Amino acid sequence: MDTVLQQLINGLSLGAIYALIALGYTMVYGVLRLINFAHGDVYMLGAFAGYFLANALDLDASPSIAGAIVVTLGAMAICSLIGVLIERLAYRPVRHHSRLTALITAIGVSLLLEYGGQVVFGANPRFFPQMIRAEVYSVGGVQITNQNLLIIVVAIVVMFGLQFIVHRTRIGKAMRATSFNLSVAKLMGINTDYVIAFTFALGSALAAVGGVMVALAIPRIDPLMGLMTGLKAFVAAVLGGIGNIPGAMIGGVLIGLLETWLGATAYSTFRDAAAFAVLILILLFRPAGIMGTATVEKV
Amino acid sequence: MRVPTKLLATTVTIGLLVGLNYLFEHGFGDFRINAYYARILNLIGINITLAVSLNLINGLAGQFSIGHAGFMAVGGYSATFVTVYYGRAIAGLFGSSLDDAVGAAVVMLISLLTGAAAAAVAGLAVGIPSLRLRGDYLAIVTLGFSEIIRVIILNIPAVGGATGFTAAIPITNFFWIFAVAILTIVIVRNIATSTFGRVLATIRGDEIAAEAMGISTTRYKVLAFVISAALAGVAGGLSGQLFANPLNPQNLNFVRSIEIIVMIVIGGIGSITGAVFGATTLTILPEALRRLDQQFPGLRMVTYALLLILMMIFRPQGLFGRRELGWTWLRRRGPAAPAAAIK
Amino acid sequence: MRHRSAPRILCATTTWLLLTTGLMSMVACERKSGGATDTTGAILVGFYGSLTGDGASFGQSSREGAELAVDELNAAGGVLGRQLRLLVEDDQSKPEEASNAVTKLITQDKVVAVIGEVASRRTLAAAPIAQRYQIPMITPASTNEKVTEVGDYVFRVCFIDPFQGEVLAKFAYNDLKARKVAILRDQAQDYSVGLTDSVAQHFTRLGGQVLPPVSYSSGDADFKAALTRIRSEKPDVLFATGYYSEAAIITRQARELGMKMPILGGDGWVGDALQNGREALNNTYISNHYSGDNPDPIVQNFVTAYRKRFNREPDAIAALGYDAIKVLADSLTRAQSTEGPKLRDAIASADVPGVTGQLKMNAKRNVDKPAVVQEVTYAGGKVTFIYKTTINPG
Repeated sequence: MDTVLQQLINGLSLGAIYALIALGYTMVYGVLRLINFAHGDVYMLGAFAGYFLANALDLDASPSIAGAIVVTLGAMAICSLIGVLIERLAYRPVRHHSRLTALITAIGVSLLLEYGGQVVFGANPRFFPQMIRAEVYSVGGVQITNQNLLIIVVAIVVMFGLQFIVHRTRIGKAMRATSFNLSVAKLMGINTDYVIAFTFALGSALAAVGGVMVALAIPRIDPLMGLMTGLKAFVAAVLGGIGNIPGAMIGGVLIGLLETWLGATAYSTFRDAAAFAVLILILLFRPAGIMGTATVEKV
Repeated sequence: MRVPTKLLATTVTIGLLVGLNYLFEHGFGDFRINAYYARILNLIGINITLAVSLNLINGLAGQFSIGHAGFMAVGGYSATFVTVYYGRAIAGLFGSSLDDAVGAAVVMLISLLTGAAAAAVAGLAVGIPSLRLRGDYLAIVTLGFSEIIRVIILNIPAVGGATGFTAAIPITNFFWIFAVAILTIVIVRNIATSTFGRVLATIRGDEIAAEAMGISTTRYKVLAFVISAALAGVAGGLSGQLFANPLNPQNLNFVRSIEIIVMIVIGGIGSITGAVFGATTLTILPEALRRLDQQFPGLRMVTYALLLILMMIFRPQGLFGRRELGWTWLRRRGPAAPAAAIK
Repeated sequence: MRHRSAPRILCATTTWLLLTTGLMSMVACERKSGGATDTTGAILVGFYGSLTGDGASFGQSSREGAELAVDELNAAGGVLGRQLRLLVEDDQSKPEEASNAVTKLITQDKVVAVIGEVASRRTLAAAPIAQRYQIPMITPASTNEKVTEVGDYVFRVCFIDPFQGEVLAKFAYNDLKARKVAILRDQAQDYSVGLTDSVAQHFTRLGGQVLPPVSYSSGDADFKAALTRIRSEKPDVLFATGYYSEAAIITRQARELGMKMPILGGDGWVGDALQNGREALNNTYISNHYSGDNPDPIVQNFVTAYRKRFNREPDAIAALGYDAIKVLADSLTRAQSTEGPKLRDAIASADVPGVTGQLKMNAKRNVDKPAVVQEVTYAGGKVTFIYKTTINPG
């Protein structure tokens, strides 16, 4: 019994990671209808920004929660800037070209960050400073670390925060309008360039939070860490209904649970294919995803 | 006139390929072709097949597949499987052996056809669900598919799993590689100038309009996709049975697919000569830049990435655009290709 | 007249072909001279390795070890009265690139011998080239059995996986008194798959029970599902047969799940990123090629020279890279020739003292060397390998 419960906890922890990244994917797709392939790599940059900041503050030797918050905020700021730059320099010039052009550009940006990362940071994995020491809570034979708990909590908070921004604020309204129809939104006096830049800044900041949190729990960071995790997070977003915020959360958790379940069976060798098999099945039977319907209001 | 011209051209080409192949393998008198250059030339040939076949779906039909390496893997593993496990038996049926030129040729042909068939079936299986949808989903599904293929291959001990799969006697040679490359070019070229090609151009231009005109877009897209996959499968079969070039699931991944895409993006999406140009350049360049790459590891892929982005921003139609490079183009510098063929 | 297009393509392609072939053979002709020397008269030795990509740690270590040996030899007057020169090629951790690099080294640079690779997958791809052109290849650290089976020009200076599996199984059974073990393997690495099979086989033979191996793939970061399953079976010892990068995370997550049993790994654990395991690394053991705290002067001299030159501790891969060059230099001297077949015969009868033990080639072109078992400990931000025991082959 405790094994089943433990696996459930494992699945939730893993799913929360996917969910955190999927939220950023969904935001950008919701507004621009662009698969921001580079999102997973911004997540990687978030982890590296956190790495350098935490080392500068020497948090590995003297861990502190205040320090962790400072590092996270710093990584968010850095990644927002990178996100806005990517949008301004790479995506905006091709916005009015075909979607294919935009997609190839996105792939190009992703490759640039991955291999640029290898040139700058080196290909060898690095060790993320333990700015919050790992503690294991044990309840009736079921273990969870404070770091994994933190990821789950942060994912939930971020989800509600995003819901609030999108549905209850002025900029959120502008985002929804831009998503609905970019040119009409422009005619209505919305500064769509600003809205899109804001979306990228927000999405990238979320990726940074994800990067720092995940690196804390799984301290091996390397320039290619965003590739597979990013792709699986994207599948999570599609599964939940791309463009839908609670959907991204649900999709992430489902993928996490599925991978954990498969990893514990005799079919563990097929685990890496699971997310993609789900994607194909979803596209076959319910292309809009679990939460997405044609009428649901998208971000 | 029609038949003799074609027949003549085909005979001359085959004769030339056989002659060059002999030169590659045995040299001429004291003259030997350097094995390093021979290897690069062979890799160029395989990459031409890959790039031109990908151009059919990404260029002509305007769909976007980033899983070409997956089809290459399906074809490559099936073809090599046939040779490794049934090669001797097949050669024996023809009273020959794998070490003999005739036996090797028969086995090669059969293995390549098997590879093409297997990759075509895979193409059908991926194409039907994903090509019904518009937009970027195809990209993600093809990517996912190639990942699934990779994981499945890792789990089949009969084809070596993680160790990779080696053909005991490498039977791929210069002749087969370039015969396939030329055949691929002819096939894609003929499709481009046929009714089918025009249908694809219509779909690329405006899918909704194409549907409104009564074109069953899915059917045509799937057909193009299947042909493209089959040709990639043949390229895989050639690659897997080349000397010192074992198949490995880790190699046939996302990055390999991206390399093929960069080839056609550089040359011009939709242009066959462009794809040939791109494949040639991107095979030679890294070898030429070996020293640079060693000093700044990773710089090569960074250059590819920058090239992709800059091309998309400043020249999304590629270096050649949809034009074909040829005599007419050199002389007139105008839109050549189909129009120029009319006398 | 659309039907004319096919012949035109054929003509165009053949023209293109002839042009390229012609150009290439012209370049090839220019380079025709050579013959194992460059302008300075040095003996050229090829090296290929994963200097970039996911195996970068291996390529860099083996390269540094080889460079150190070459420098020492040259400082002592070279070999056969000539200097040695190491030509280094990167294969980006890809087998295809390994083949390109070795083809270039052999047919264009005309090296007398090739040193490399560490990962068996890449050595297996490139070894047939050495065999075809009759240029000896010495791999420092490819432990997969099949590598030297490629042909009589392929040698290695390390032990093989079946032996390593035996060492780990014996240590677990005899020293750790384990009776039931679980194995976590990297299905994407032939090294890990081979080591898993051999550990399972030997441990069963000793009378122990082996649970069905659980798989992951290189690059994975979450092993909790697999570990939880293993935990429920309550094994005495856990084997993680993959490489260092994942091994660090596996030990860490195992401890987080309250799994306190010893964790064992092979020589693939040796790499910088292992320190990601931190305190979790305590109570883990690895089989290795050599131990840096071995008092033997040949080991201590190497360790001192390496530290001085590269400012870090040499790992086993570096020691093997060093030994590969030593075997080559000794064989060149005995052969009194740089010709492939003569050099091959000399290497086949090599019997040289090396940093990693006596390097005596056997009939299968492998060396029968003992392996050491080391205890891994983590303290004060540093990983240390402490010598536990030596296990001899046989």
